[in-house]
Amino acid sequence: MNELNQTILTWILLVPIIGAVVIAILPDRGKLSAWLALITALVSFGLTLHLPTHFIVGQPGFQFEINKPWIDNPAIFYHVGVDGLSLWMVVLTGLLAPVGVLASWNPIRQRQKIFYSLFLVQQTAMFGVFVSLDLMVYYGFWELSLVPMAILIAMYGRKDGVKAAIKFFIFTFVPSAPLLVAIIWLYVRTGSFNFSDLQMLVANGSLPADALFWTALAFLFAFAVKVPVFPLHGWLADAFCEAPVALAMVIAGKLGLYSMLRFHVGLFPVQARAIAPLLIALTVIGILYGACVALVQRDFWRLIAFATLSHFSLTTLGIYGLNLTGRNGAIYQILNEGVIEGALFVLLGVLDTRYANSQIASFGGVASRLPRTATFFVITTLAMVGLPMLNGFVGEFLILSSTFMNVSRGWAVAATLTIILGAAYALWLVQRLFYGPQSQMTAATPAADLHLHEWVALVPLAVLMLVMGVAPSLWLRSIERSTAQPPSKQAIANPELFSNSQQETAR
Amino acid sequence: MSGHLYLWLIPALPFAGFLLNGIFGAKLPKSLVTTIALLAPLGSFALVVNAAATIFLYVSRCKLCGPPDYGWSILPLNELHGAWITSGRLQIDFSFVLDQLSLVMLLIITGVGFLIHIYSVGYMSEERGYWRYFAYLNLFLFFMTVLVLAGNALLMFVGWEGVGLASYLLIGFWFQKTPAADAGKKAFVVNRIGDFGFLIGIFLLLSTFGNLTFAEIGARLAADPAMQGGVVTAIALCLLVGATGKSAQLPLYVWLPDAMEGPTPVSALIHAATMVTAGVYMIARTHAIYDRSPFALSVVAIVGAATALFAATIALVQTDIKRVLAYSTVSQLGYMFLGCGVAAYSVGVFHLMTHAFFKALLFLAAGSVIHGLGGEQDLRRMGGLRKNMPITFWTMTIAVVAIAGIPPFAGFFSKDAILYAAYQEGAGGKILWFVGWLTAGLTAFYMFRLWYLAFLGESRADLHAEDEGALVHARSDTKLTLEAEHHHTPHESPWSMLGPLVILAVLSVIGGWVGAGRFGAFLAPSVGARTAEAASNTLEITLTALAVLIAVIGWFVAHRLYRNYAGEEPLARASFPYKLLTHKYWVDELYGTLIVKPILAVSRFVLEMLVDFAILGGIAWLLAGMASFGGALLQRWQSGNLRSYAAWLAAGAAALLLFALVPWTTVLADVGIHLNSAGH
Repeated sequence: MNELNQTILTWILLVPIIGAVVIAILPDRGKLSAWLALITALVSFGLTLHLPTHFIVGQPGFQFEINKPWIDNPAIFYHVGVDGLSLWMVVLTGLLAPVGVLASWNPIRQRQKIFYSLFLVQQTAMFGVFVSLDLMVYYGFWELSLVPMAILIAMYGRKDGVKAAIKFFIFTFVPSAPLLVAIIWLYVRTGSFNFSDLQMLVANGSLPADALFWTALAFLFAFAVKVPVFPLHGWLADAFCEAPVALAMVIAGKLGLYSMLRFHVGLFPVQARAIAPLLIALTVIGILYGACVALVQRDFWRLIAFATLSHFSLTTLGIYGLNLTGRNGAIYQILNEGVIEGALFVLLGVLDTRYANSQIASFGGVASRLPRTATFFVITTLAMVGLPMLNGFVGEFLILSSTFMNVSRGWAVAATLTIILGAAYALWLVQRLFYGPQSQMTAATPAADLHLHEWVALVPLAVLMLVMGVAPSLWLRSIERSTAQPPSKQAIANPELFSNSQQETAR
Repeated sequence: MSGHLYLWLIPALPFAGFLLNGIFGAKLPKSLVTTIALLAPLGSFALVVNAAATIFLYVSRCKLCGPPDYGWSILPLNELHGAWITSGRLQIDFSFVLDQLSLVMLLIITGVGFLIHIYSVGYMSEERGYWRYFAYLNLFLFFMTVLVLAGNALLMFVGWEGVGLASYLLIGFWFQKTPAADAGKKAFVVNRIGDFGFLIGIFLLLSTFGNLTFAEIGARLAADPAMQGGVVTAIALCLLVGATGKSAQLPLYVWLPDAMEGPTPVSALIHAATMVTAGVYMIARTHAIYDRSPFALSVVAIVGAATALFAATIALVQTDIKRVLAYSTVSQLGYMFLGCGVAAYSVGVFHLMTHAFFKALLFLAAGSVIHGLGGEQDLRRMGGLRKNMPITFWTMTIAVVAIAGIPPFAGFFSKDAILYAAYQEGAGGKILWFVGWLTAGLTAFYMFRLWYLAFLGESRADLHAEDEGALVHARSDTKLTLEAEHHHTPHESPWSMLGPLVILAVLSVIGGWVGAGRFGAFLAPSVGARTAEAASNTLEITLTALAVLIAVIGWFVAHRLYRNYAGEEPLARASFPYKLLTHKYWVDELYGTLIVKPILAVSRFVLEMLVDFAILGGIAWLLAGMASFGGALLQRWQSGNLRSYAAWLAAGAAALLLFALVPWTTVLADVGIHLNSAGH
């Protein structure tokens, strides 16, 4: 197995692409593409599980690292590796791959070949974002992750996919341009795309501060749009309405949030500290704004979009509190949101396919017809509103309590209001969809409860919600140690962020 | 002490019951569902009784080996089951603590809980969701025992929110009915307002003490006598917000009356005997903090007294049997807050215990009536049930007398102790006492009103037949499947329901005999002994006499007004006050107009339409227009040809990939820029 440690990340990146090519070659017949995609997704998920089982908690630096020259000039290296920060992001991406295929099983009936090929390309791109340690390679994967998404939104939109795709395209491609410029500028000044080298060079003050300000801002802007952070969320609601569920469940959040942690706070700690007050204000506004607007949505995809804005704002708040507990909470919350949104999108997908409708007012009394769907929906909702013993609570508590203690009591109290507003919009949604007497549409439309493949997708997610809520230490242990690297210069530039972890390392 | 008490099993058994019935219940035979559902609380109850017996045995043996109270030093017992959340220096454990306070609470919760499980077997026997009901009920016991056993504030919060979940699920058990679903949601959201306060209180505790363990917080406070007011008051008030939510006090009481949409045994267990007393328990548990903040304590006392009176006045005119009891519960919880607010925590808990007995009994007896009448809940259509339902009648009578505060029934002792404790609190205490005393009279009145309307006189089942439609609506606790069949044939309930009634009736008689003094001495190690100045014996006797007097007056007035009730509400003669009370002071409407509607309106018109759509959307499209995508290009894009978009996007992607792979240095070198030398 030790040899696998040397190549595992390459395999993780390659397997989905291989699957995509095979699907593209073979004919589009029956469920062939879907089965191939499912097998590929399961294999790649299996491969990602190699990481946590062989990860050495507490070992500083990156693990499973590969660093080979790729292009001489400019000096681009195929440099990949994971630490406690990216470890679980990779596993989460792996987990959501089979879930995504299963969620697409019924709704995607046309041109399955293209769909699943692109879906798997998207998969590789996301893995690439999480493991890349060379900024140019990272940028390549970052851009690549936007492409299949935009195409699939355009092709499979429910009503006006093209418009949503254009919106998504403009919102995410345009900010990527300054990001590229910033990366190239860094290269021009340092001659390196290597994350660790750049981190050191930025920290020891060899780059002009005013230029670094703009560089860091370019990084932040690209990430903030992708999360999204208020007021850059304009693309989100349309994308949620139009994107196929398998893509909608990964479109927001983790890529941008991870990138913030690694390439903004991690690379430009001083600049991050300077801009943190602004982000804290924006995220608290986003938390409340998203929750309030979610209250008045008429379409459940749009409702979930604004709820997502609210949740990812909370996660961003944890990141820019710039303290250990908030950071732990934020990383944990990224995983939680992945699991919760995964289940939520499968379930809303069930409703959307069965009833071909997403207007909340048309629903009512669905629990009488689809009791199992209702049960899973309620469990997922409870995880989402942060019920203790389910996963959402742990992240929320870490973020809010650390904000209260280390950042600002006022902002923390305002952000905590989300537990009231969140319960209001989420339970109101449950009630309008599932409870009460059956609506005209519910009564008139024959609909089957969960199919086997939906069942298979949902049960592990529900179990995870419980386990992650009861035993978060299983994850937090390795997440917390991730802040142990980088050990030297970083700690000087940003003492609070790393103080706790240094004690840990010292022991 | 030898042997292990296995405290973790007390919540674990009901949780196992929940999982088994919740996952497999739909496919299991009904008898197996019943067995699982009953074994879980029975096992927990047995464990609690075993723990109590072990401790008492140990204490009695230890009498010989040291000073008299030496044996009690084994309490509190701690059980640690590993860490839950760890991050940096923050560590929150799964820690359970058994002390005098949690022991009393556990006995009430598992004991009364088990009785109500038995009762439910009869009451819910014809429900389709039988398994679901018992799964939820077991889930409730799990969270409630966690709440009580929790050794730190965050684990208590787990139980706190968890019982809220169980309450939500059980209120909305008949989710097909819109009022039930509405009520469940309302209960959860209003409780979340309280939980918001609780959570801020937890953050404050954490930043003040660096710890959430009750024992450590107590020790830190004890070591620092100067710590008073300021942040301590802030913590106490935040926790109080939580308590007013869970225990349905002003201003967050509005969810509890609506919670009566749930099945009646649920109202008895969760919304009367146990869950709603969690706020009282929390204040007693964190008494070390309240002791340091006289201001917060007086707020607790004022909230309690005001709620007691306020809710009692609404209860005067309710016509739905369960709503009378619901407002009565709110009012009685106010008494408990009043007791805690004058730092007589043990007296508050004493009333909590006696109230658990007689209020559970009241609800179960009411449930027996509703069951016997096939779902009828309107007092105006009852009457004369004494003949048809003798056992229900007699047990209900005991409960009514007990809550009215007539000696020697349970409620008399605890209510009297609260009023006595309040009276001793200076000038303000006299006012609190007067409010409590007045409320006692109102309580006696509305309870006997209910008693006369339901059980005495002649049957009025056919009265008001003309507004059948309205009454069907009022009959909200109806079991959907039963509604039609049992109409108009009052019958006594089966023994699975009457058994718990009889046991609770016995407890409602003898439950107070231990006396507030001895009960307080037992609880003293947990909640502190209030050092009341030794008042004269005459004062105590006078106050007791006055309390009994007003109870009897309340009874007498009810007797005069309702003995010959024939369908005309005598209180309606006072038209404006009557209207005010029947509309519950329009508080729900007030909250709707002042809070809910403005939030929704601002969200829709300001945030969504103005900010999101007009401003942000406008800016985005403006920027998009200015960006490299020219107007002509945009027009092309809107041609609607899917394939061309896909091609366009793919081309863009390819271009970007190429861009990433092009040998840039060569290209740039051609135009005179040398990258490699730039940085060095």
